[in-house]
Amino acid sequence: MSLSNFDREAGLARLRMMERIRAFEETARSAAIDEELVLGAIHLSIGQEAVATGVIETLRRDDYILSTHRGHGHTLAKGAQADAMMKELLGREGGCCGGKGGSMHIADFGVRMLGANGVVGANITIAAGAAHGIKLLGGDQIVVCFFGDGASNRGPFLEGVNWAGVFNLPILFVCEDNQYSASTLTSDMTSGNIADRARALGLRTTEADGNDVTTLAATAAEITARIRETGTPEFLMAKTYRISGHTYFDPATYRPEGEAERMQATTCPIARQREALVAAGVPSAELDALAKEAHAEMDRALDAARSAPWPADETAFADVQDIGSPLQEAF
Amino acid sequence: MPVMSYADAAKLAVAEAMRDDLTVWCVGEDLGRGGVFKQYTGLVEEFGPQRISDAPISEAAIMGAAFGAAMAGTRPIVEMRFADFALCATDELVNQIAKARFMFGGQSRAPMVIRKPMGMWRSSAAQHSQSLESWYTHIPGLVVCCPATPQDNYSMMKAAIACDDPVVYLEHKNIWASEGEVDTNHAVDFGKAALRRSGRHVTLVSWSHTANVCVEAAETLAHQGIEAEVIDLRSLWPWDKAAVFDSVRKTGRLLVAHEAVSVAGFGAEVVATVAQNIPMKALPKRLGSPRGLIAYAPNLEDQMRVTAPMIAKAAQDMMENEPA
Repeated sequence: MSLSNFDREAGLARLRMMERIRAFEETARSAAIDEELVLGAIHLSIGQEAVATGVIETLRRDDYILSTHRGHGHTLAKGAQADAMMKELLGREGGCCGGKGGSMHIADFGVRMLGANGVVGANITIAAGAAHGIKLLGGDQIVVCFFGDGASNRGPFLEGVNWAGVFNLPILFVCEDNQYSASTLTSDMTSGNIADRARALGLRTTEADGNDVTTLAATAAEITARIRETGTPEFLMAKTYRISGHTYFDPATYRPEGEAERMQATTCPIARQREALVAAGVPSAELDALAKEAHAEMDRALDAARSAPWPADETAFADVQDIGSPLQEAF
Repeated sequence: MPVMSYADAAKLAVAEAMRDDLTVWCVGEDLGRGGVFKQYTGLVEEFGPQRISDAPISEAAIMGAAFGAAMAGTRPIVEMRFADFALCATDELVNQIAKARFMFGGQSRAPMVIRKPMGMWRSSAAQHSQSLESWYTHIPGLVVCCPATPQDNYSMMKAAIACDDPVVYLEHKNIWASEGEVDTNHAVDFGKAALRRSGRHVTLVSWSHTANVCVEAAETLAHQGIEAEVIDLRSLWPWDKAAVFDSVRKTGRLLVAHEAVSVAGFGAEVVATVAQNIPMKALPKRLGSPRGLIAYAPNLEDQMRVTAPMIAKAAQDMMENEPA
């Protein structure tokens, strides 16, 4: 089978984005382990790259996304610069949050990425509110809220999804079901199933293979077009698998022996997309080059971050508040 | 100048701000019917149900969604119904709203007014009566204010809506109906106390309804020849240290009174700050509720109240029991 020119380019673009996300996280992980340059916890989305890639490619630049503690992929896919992100992970000047947030609070309002979040599920009500704001202001943007399977067991899931339904807001909730709540199997801690919860709240709900970027992107394109058209919230359940541990230093020994290896061999979205492109006649050398370029980009980002200075001490007191700020000597 | 109630003064400020700025909107339970204390009565008729928005009984979503809408470019006024219920939205306020601007390196703002009717009213028991203002003063990122008069509830609401920081706006439930003159041209800045009464013998510092109780106590003291100066802080973060220092330099005596539990109340902060800076003629004192719970039965409820006679007595004791 040969790909049309459009499909070939789209397929390569998706692979390129997934390779960039993978390379960013692998580079950050080795910067943490080998060089101790990343000081805080980082949560890797290795194995989940297709969800960020497939959904976000259907958005406009002025659409909003909100992410989770596992948010590097979403942020890159929305268009943030790897340089500024890597500096943020290293806590350096020039980081997208000035070194104040690190991985768990990564945000780039310039591309309307309204923040990762250190509290599981907390972004769900906030995302519903961003959609509420769009509606009040008469905008035609939409919001995508990413969260994990574990977040569906927090109260804000019910409150936020209900809110979107009640006020009929232009938002897509994307549950990235990576099957684990930190070190606990989500199915062990979940009554019923998550997609049924969304259906019970009245949302049109679609279940998709979150590791097949091509079909996921097609599904997401239909859904986001419909949300933009109708202004009505929807829910997408994307089944995936977290190949890495909860944090970069988590060996994930709680998983059955061989599970991660088996899943990597059978479900890794990057491997699957490579196979699909090769089967369609794209030379594998071209795909290797693409992966190599992604790693080179992230190496450059790490080099730039490594040589960037720490933020100026006084910035610790800036951007707390205008009224009663710690920068005002009187307080 | 028009005379209006404490509730109506805030409502007027909200209505004026909503006329001036189409991005201002209110959200909370029952607002379409005027809100639980009728502090929104009539607003839905003028502004419609989108801008005077009802909400499900979902405090976390009311707070979180308003925050999201603030980041998307609106200026929400969030109604929490009772300050006690706002505890259901603590993560949203403390971990999200207060920290977003800083965590995101200044990329975002949360221009929000978070209204939390506080304090003892009548037989409302332990979950509808609390004064938790000191909790919020402990959270960097928040402005905290506690108006005590109709004028301040008008002027401070105007200032809170105009403010780009999140403002925890604590109105006292016992004074919704209290009336006073309101000058709509009078502006109040956060961090500026009101001198409610001048005096030279003892400084009484308070806020919210207890500031009014202090004025009453000062009248009693005046009959006994003790001239108490009453300072109503109005906002607790920031608070007007300069006004308090100036007064204590003059009187040499400091008594802070508040309705909240005395232990770790904001009175402790005021006393400590003054004691570190100003020599005094008498040991400073804070007067708050015992570290007990507020009951339903009126006589039990009264055990937790800080009254005018208690404040007057404490001031008198400071005058009489001076260290050598």
